[in-house]
Amino acid sequence: MHIVVCIKQVPDSAQIRVHPVTNTIMRQGVPTIINPYDLFALEEAMRWRDKAGGEVTVLTMGPAMAEDSLRKALSFGADRAVLLTDRYFAGSDTLATSFALAAALRKIGEEFGAPLMVFTGKQTIDGDTAQVGPGIAKRLKLNQLTYVARIVELDPERGNITVERRAEGGVQVLSTRLPVLITMLEGANEMRRGSLEDALRAARAEIVTWSAADAGISDLTKCGLRGSPTIVKKVFAPPPRAEKAYQIETSGRSMEALADSVMREIFKRQPSLESELMRFSAGQ
Amino acid sequence: MAEPEKQTSAAPNRAGMKKELPEHFKAYKHVWVVIECEHGQVHPVSYELLGEGRKLASKRGVELAGVILGSDKEVISAAAIDAFEYGADLVYTVTDPALAHYRNEAYTKAMTDLVNTYKPEILLLGATTLGRDLAGSVATALLTGLTADCTELAIDDEGSLAATRPTFGGSLLCTILTLNYRPQMATVRPRVLPAPVRQAGRRGRIVEHPLGLLEDDIVTKIVKFIADRDSNKAQLAYADIVVAGGLGLRSAENFQLVKSLAEVLDAEYGGSRPLVQKGWMTSDRQIGQTGKTIRPKLYIAAGISGAIQHRVGVEGADMIVAINTDPNAPIFDFAHVGIVADAIRLLPALTEAFRKHLSVNRLAG
Repeated sequence: MHIVVCIKQVPDSAQIRVHPVTNTIMRQGVPTIINPYDLFALEEAMRWRDKAGGEVTVLTMGPAMAEDSLRKALSFGADRAVLLTDRYFAGSDTLATSFALAAALRKIGEEFGAPLMVFTGKQTIDGDTAQVGPGIAKRLKLNQLTYVARIVELDPERGNITVERRAEGGVQVLSTRLPVLITMLEGANEMRRGSLEDALRAARAEIVTWSAADAGISDLTKCGLRGSPTIVKKVFAPPPRAEKAYQIETSGRSMEALADSVMREIFKRQPSLESELMRFSAGQ
Repeated sequence: MAEPEKQTSAAPNRAGMKKELPEHFKAYKHVWVVIECEHGQVHPVSYELLGEGRKLASKRGVELAGVILGSDKEVISAAAIDAFEYGADLVYTVTDPALAHYRNEAYTKAMTDLVNTYKPEILLLGATTLGRDLAGSVATALLTGLTADCTELAIDDEGSLAATRPTFGGSLLCTILTLNYRPQMATVRPRVLPAPVRQAGRRGRIVEHPLGLLEDDIVTKIVKFIADRDSNKAQLAYADIVVAGGLGLRSAENFQLVKSLAEVLDAEYGGSRPLVQKGWMTSDRQIGQTGKTIRPKLYIAAGISGAIQHRVGVEGADMIVAINTDPNAPIFDFAHVGIVADAIRLLPALTEAFRKHLSVNRLAG
């Protein structure tokens, strides 16, 4: 069984800083990581490979440096890595991204065997859109299973799969036919420690690197900025509220006195809350 | 949503581009809201979207329509009346047994058929597990732009939908346009927008449309639905009082201080994103752009610095009380009441103050 996992290299967002004066992103020295949500997808794919046999291919689209994240994925135990990189992809929005990735997935199918399952994380931590997975599913006519918490049953021979999917107010148990596109929910599993052999293999592995043309893309107007229906009009920091927070004096006061002031300030501003809490307290 | 590369390099060129809507898109008019109707109930985010959609439609001088997909005629009729009373001028319905529960295939078919037939210029969905699953498929099928998790929607001077959302992991905001494609699609998370006032007796017209798909043609089957037992999961977004903690609590054990205060106040508790990443708290209690958006009467933030991604999730609160040791923490830029203090010490005192006050008054009463 061939499984492909789509991953993305993202800035470690916890470490992103905004320049206080110019409001621009300070990118220098910001480390990059594999999008954390993608690790649940990768681990899940490797578990089913280990159970059912087959191969896991990781695919990413990005600049040449995205190779680092692919090597990392190989060191966890993926079998093959494909980097889709081309200046024509620059500025892709989610529609253009799913176009390029779908083309690469078709090409992967031709070269290494059609995948029965394509995995992605539920979303990325930099874009947070959760749109690329469904976009790929639609373009490749894969049955779409988003927010999957657990794969209950998988039968590659018969082509059946049953999953638990996080829905509003509960969990849907869905059964469908392979091939599928799965976006994996966080917490579904825990990424393994890669073995020493995998680490060594990852370091010398050849990364399959494809340009747009290599991936069989002939219509470049569907790529990158030109292929993106959305445009960014402006990027900005939100203005502070006109009034700064009313600061409660803290110096030289005991915690008890301070707490009392905070409570009184809250009830002064929201008298209805006090009466509601009284009723709640009386009912206890 | 655009990738980061776009915003720094090529964005200015395209933002200055003259808007020329292709001829075949000029027939696209009206604002639509997808009304999420599952298990016989309308998701409140749909009302919130109708309130916003009403404003956008009025600004554009077009009609506001609700879209209701389902299998039960009575449920759909009741939801349509809701939609009218929350501002819709008309409602499109697709009634079919195959739409009894959400499935991507059937819902995508219904939505793309409706859009291709009746041609809306703006299509809004809730950023729920249903809305995000559906929106991504519909936008790809229609080859149009989709902006996820918007925090503000507006009509710009040229009549386009200007959709603002956090970007770069929530460190900045960006405004996104879909200039040359229709419909312009956006999702908004529950509680980002205020609930509109219901106008009892307001009515509109209903347009019925067939699904054109047989159950046998749908590959994915629903085996069963397991409803959540922990009702708390759903309540954080709609709680009246919320107490939350951040990294300023310094340890997982200290998170208990947040829970204790919440208990005295009959409040829900939660925390900022780093707490989930550190494993101090489960992700269903995360507050902020990638977690829950809340609009309580009172929000107490203890040891939370107030990054933009958190700010956009709590800005709808009536009153924000922030406790932080750093007087320059961004949270004081949008809190109403600030206390420069160590939350670890103030939280227990505050819990005790409320406990005493409420019990004393109970005895007096």
